[in-house]
Amino acid sequence: MPRLNSPKKLEELRKTILSKRNKNKLGISISSGTCGRAYGSDKIAAEFRREIKKRGLKEKIDFREVGCLGFCEREPLVIIFPERICYLNVKMEDVPEIVDTAVKGEIVDRLLYTDPVSGEKILHDENIPFYKYQKKIVFGNINSIDPKNIEDYIALGGYSALAKALFEMTPDDVLDEVKKAKLRGRGGGGFPTSVKWESTKNAPGEPKYVIVNCDEGDPGAYMNRGLMEGNPHSVLEGLIIGAYAIGASEGFFYIRQEYPLAVENTKLAIKQAEEYGFLGKRILGSSFNFKVKIHEGAGAFVSGESSALMNAIEGKVGEPRPKYVHTSESGVWGKPSTLNNVETWANIPLIINKGAEWFTSIGTEGSKGTKIFSLVGKVNNTGLVEVPLGMSLRDIIYKIGGGIRKGKKFKAVQTGGPSGGIIPAEHLDSPVDFDELKKLGSIMGSGGMIVMDEDSCMVDIARYFVNFLCDESCGKCVPCREGLKQASIILDNIVAGKGKADDIKKLVDIAEVTSIASLCALGKTSANPVLTTLRYFEDEYEAHINEKRCPALVCKDLISYYIDPEKCQGCMICHRNCPVDAIIGEKMKIHVIDQSKCIKCGTCYDVCPPNFSAVKKISGEPVPPPIPEEERLIRRPRKEKRD
Amino acid sequence: MYEDRIDQIIDKHGAEKGVLIQLLLDIQHEFNWIPKEAIKRISERLKIPYSQIFRVATFYTALSLKPIGRHLIQVCLGTACHVRGGAKVLDTVEDALKIKAGNTTPDTKFTLSGVNCLGCCAQGPMMVIDDDYYGGVTPTAVKKILEKYK
Repeated sequence: MPRLNSPKKLEELRKTILSKRNKNKLGISISSGTCGRAYGSDKIAAEFRREIKKRGLKEKIDFREVGCLGFCEREPLVIIFPERICYLNVKMEDVPEIVDTAVKGEIVDRLLYTDPVSGEKILHDENIPFYKYQKKIVFGNINSIDPKNIEDYIALGGYSALAKALFEMTPDDVLDEVKKAKLRGRGGGGFPTSVKWESTKNAPGEPKYVIVNCDEGDPGAYMNRGLMEGNPHSVLEGLIIGAYAIGASEGFFYIRQEYPLAVENTKLAIKQAEEYGFLGKRILGSSFNFKVKIHEGAGAFVSGESSALMNAIEGKVGEPRPKYVHTSESGVWGKPSTLNNVETWANIPLIINKGAEWFTSIGTEGSKGTKIFSLVGKVNNTGLVEVPLGMSLRDIIYKIGGGIRKGKKFKAVQTGGPSGGIIPAEHLDSPVDFDELKKLGSIMGSGGMIVMDEDSCMVDIARYFVNFLCDESCGKCVPCREGLKQASIILDNIVAGKGKADDIKKLVDIAEVTSIASLCALGKTSANPVLTTLRYFEDEYEAHINEKRCPALVCKDLISYYIDPEKCQGCMICHRNCPVDAIIGEKMKIHVIDQSKCIKCGTCYDVCPPNFSAVKKISGEPVPPPIPEEERLIRRPRKEKRD
Repeated sequence: MYEDRIDQIIDKHGAEKGVLIQLLLDIQHEFNWIPKEAIKRISERLKIPYSQIFRVATFYTALSLKPIGRHLIQVCLGTACHVRGGAKVLDTVEDALKIKAGNTTPDTKFTLSGVNCLGCCAQGPMMVIDDDYYGGVTPTAVKKILEKYK
């Protein structure tokens, strides 16, 4: 492929690609991101290829392995084009039937989505409630893009924004457009993107750098992985446009090594973009030069902080530095560097192509555009969802997420990762945008949204985050290193039933110091999980401390498992599954848990058939004594023989 | 025995600025750990103080100064996995292998590690063995999964 040396050549290429493609041609796409692969999508994809080849249909069917389609709960997903029929939970053995019916124009009924309320089968993905209420612009075309094939991206208008920026706009025009779009950083803080760009642009020093932050370390969030795996070119195009606006000649993708597929797809995307003339010298025949490299993160949450990340790029320990001089002025090797999140960059081509006016028509006053969230935890439809900013938490969790699993009660949603907080049911109607979430004590963060039900213990969650941060603190500044350690000890004690009366006050004191005196955002925001759980669920802390009781029945040291003799049917299922043989029982005899052996793994609770529900969790009260041996025999009334 | 391979890896990266972490990651992938010889060799060839390389190698969790077992088991403890019982899965694996997270079985077959989010949050609890991803893992399923690698 000769390098494209003008926008005209790019347009010609697009036309050539499209002329070879028939819109009405049969296509099969399978979602094959990391989450799809966890359910064997790569093997199923291989099976599709074999099947298509075996039947001699290679010319007739466009088969694609695409990125994550978002509905991760129901992976692997298969979409049949052109009708866009959506199949869920596809298995190996379904492959021949899918190919067969696709060719005949028939449908495999059992693989369609069934509406849980009406029982109605839904044919097209856009009508499934999970998708229906979303607004996919950044994730828009992901179901028709093979991330390993740049031509798929070009066919859908890819790199036309770059051509427009380079040939119809000055760098200042580009910056202006982003400013008018009021784009705010998608990585956490929601800082105005154009301000960062401007500051790097105006800072003295050459070369200038632009960086993609894909060190998505927030536990419970994987939007960036989805994008980098599924549509790396959109991020790359945004980066090149940004570099042009800022006057940067070099760029970096910082991707955590825990995302091997994202690294692989990005590497390939860069290589293809170089071949086609979107990277390197004289991009698309213009006078703009830009090159980009990948830097794999070696596993450190704190390295996602901008100054720490830049240290890591330099090959040093990824710890932050005080930021009285911003990284936008003095970043990588002391040069002006702009760092933006994956999703921020992916928004740029859209803004350039469709204009700031279009972009600002989506969202709320202070937060424009859409945001991708990872909707996970105890919600029915887990996955990646893209919604216009301003949608209420209730709509996201109930309309898109399909409500809480197993009919349980919603308790809280955690947003913003370890720097964020817990939002309880009373604020479910709050619109989700940068400023509203802040008012509630949480933050938007990069987009993790972990839904919790009545079975989640808020003290345990606070402890979880504090322990996480304690592990990940780089140790450079005392308030964060020591404060988190002490908070962690206190919380460990509380969940172990060793809480003391003044523990809550101590936690608040520590929170105050770490949030004022820490060096970077990791320490400064580390108090949020503790403070928000205290703000909304202080009674749970008190129950743990004063009554040695865990109201949500989670904290291992405060609960016991017990088999209700009235309900036990002597079915032996728990007996067989207990990993430590702590259940005494025989067939048709009421089972009893030997409390001295029980490790409280909860297996018996999970496996006890729901219609018996004999295994119970109890907390704050003594376990009733086991019923005497001679009373354990279960006598069922004999079924009367019919005469 | 390592030296030639270490030299090859160093040569591949050349003397580019800031290459240290990428170099160490490659060595980690190649040998499954960072041998002492590697740190010494990098120090000599790239003129980076031994102590500085040691510091980097101990800072990042993906780099290990101890050899890891033939199979690396990673149990995800990210928030989404946590609320769905990731810790229970880890407990069960610990019981099954009779080692605590962060350790290797005496026969060097398995290294067990609890990790802070593998980015497969919709399918928690998640467990990854080598390159195989397992979603929705329950304590009862653990035994069956481990069998495959024994």
